[in-house]
Amino acid sequence: MVKITFVQEDGTRQEVEAQPGLTVMEAAKTEDVPGIEAECGGACACATCHVYVEPEWREAVGPPSEMEEDMLDFAFDVREESRLSCQIRISEKLDGLVVKVPSKQF
Amino acid sequence: MSDTNPLQAGDDETGALIETDALIIGAGPCGLFAVFELGLLDIKSHVVDILDKVGGQCAELYPEKPIYDIPALPVVTGQELTDRLMEQIKPFGPTFHLGQRIDALSRETDGRFRLTTDRGQVFVAKVVVIAAGGGSFTPKRPPLEGIEAYEGASVFYSVRRMKDFADQDVLIVGGGDSALDWTLNLQPIARSLTLLHRRDDFRGAPHSVDKMRALVASGAMRLLIGQATALHGADGRLERVTVKTKEGEEQVACTRMLPFFGLTMKLGPVADWGLNLEENLIPVDTEKFETSVPGIFAIGDINAYPGKLKLILSGFHEAALMSQAAHRIVYPDKKLLFQYTTSSSSLQKKLGVR
Ligand SMILES: Cc1cc2nc3c(=O)[nH]c(=O)nc-3n(C[C@H](O)[C@H](O)[C@H](O)COP(=O)(O)OP(=O)(O)OC[C@H]3O[C@@H](n4cnc5c(N)ncnc54)[C@H](O)[C@@H]3O)c2cc1C
Ligand code: FES
Repeated sequence: MVKITFVQEDGTRQEVEAQPGLTVMEAAKTEDVPGIEAECGGACACATCHVYVEPEWREAVGPPSEMEEDMLDFAFDVREESRLSCQIRISEKLDGLVVKVPSKQF
Repeated sequence: MSDTNPLQAGDDETGALIETDALIIGAGPCGLFAVFELGLLDIKSHVVDILDKVGGQCAELYPEKPIYDIPALPVVTGQELTDRLMEQIKPFGPTFHLGQRIDALSRETDGRFRLTTDRGQVFVAKVVVIAAGGGSFTPKRPPLEGIEAYEGASVFYSVRRMKDFADQDVLIVGGGDSALDWTLNLQPIARSLTLLHRRDDFRGAPHSVDKMRALVASGAMRLLIGQATALHGADGRLERVTVKTKEGEEQVACTRMLPFFGLTMKLGPVADWGLNLEENLIPVDTEKFETSVPGIFAIGDINAYPGKLKLILSGFHEAALMSQAAHRIVYPDKKLLFQYTTSSSSLQKKLGVR
């Protein structure tokens, strides 16, 4: 299992254990992490699973694909470290990953 | 997700009252297949959708993505499924009224239903099929504080009347076709126009992007890369917008704002029709898929019953059973014979294959 931490706007941290192969969005939904809405169920079609990847994890997580960049246009307060969590696949190398949940999804 | 503007199309109505056997609300896959099942039973349909195209979620949210669980189609994209349904229902000649939302539904004294769209088109139907999915597709509202106060006076999600933008300082936000098309259309009449997008890369058609860039180069408009973070004004009149850019913050003076952030589904007027609702869904029985009001049926994602699965194939099954019950209302004196399309010459005649 891989550990992933979700940090809310107010600093609350929630650590979840996730199976490699799932996506970060799925890991969040399984543990009811607040603020990850994922209306489209992971199809990269809604942008309501937006997260900010912490600086030290950005290289390991990698950049968004072109399709994801397009969908990020529909997210609110997009930053350099923005990703759609349904497009981040969990692997052993992401053990310890920390992502921030934005204050608002659209 | 494309960001088509749902409020642009559909100006083709004559305004005359339309009488029909069945009025289907929603042109998603389930509404489309209902045309087929009703058609086999000689029930004619009119179909209304707020979108300017048919296909519901499949066409609006995931046209290019594959669906793997449609029986006998190992893989089909959202758009392909829509196209195939359109081909399948062609023999029944349904009439589509796109770009219009059904706002009101009431009962006539003769037992039929009266429905009115937001454009004033009136239908009188013997049966109503609500195939409204997750609700009407509605433009997304950016989560900017106090934005509601400006809506309708300074902030618009579509352009109904160009003249509302004449001689105004217009701020258009977004990077898809709606944002680019309205940039090109409004630039000649606006006092000033700024296009704001979060990155210097656009999803819209390349030739629109080129035209926009040429206008920027000639100084006729401004392209700003950044994101809106706050609105300022008074009494519903917008005066300026704070924009976060790479360099810091900037104030953009504007009197009109057009945010284009795609569409989301909102239940909308369905809630006002006096039907029983449970958690924004319409409870139905599983024999006829009828709502709490006899003669009004609900199929597809919008309905609820024990064991319901929000899958396209469930909606198809629901359409078939609903049609049997609708037949009893439309043709109270006719006995319904169960027939196969494979072998019934009368069904094949309707399908135009005989
Ligand atoms: C990304 C994604 C992937 C999916 N993948 C699958 C899959 O693999 N398999 C599967 O079976 N399902 C899948 N689904 C679900 C499937 O798309 C839905 O079950 C299906 O679209 C429901 O069809 P529908 O006809 O009931 O409603 P919808 O497709 O939601 O269409 C309803 C239509 O009604 C219109 N409408 C609503 N109210 C009004 C009104 N008052 N006036 C006018 N128009 C109105 C709306 O604008 C909309 O166009 C997926 C959904 C998404 C978002
Ligand atoms: S869940 Fe919809 S884009 Fe990620």
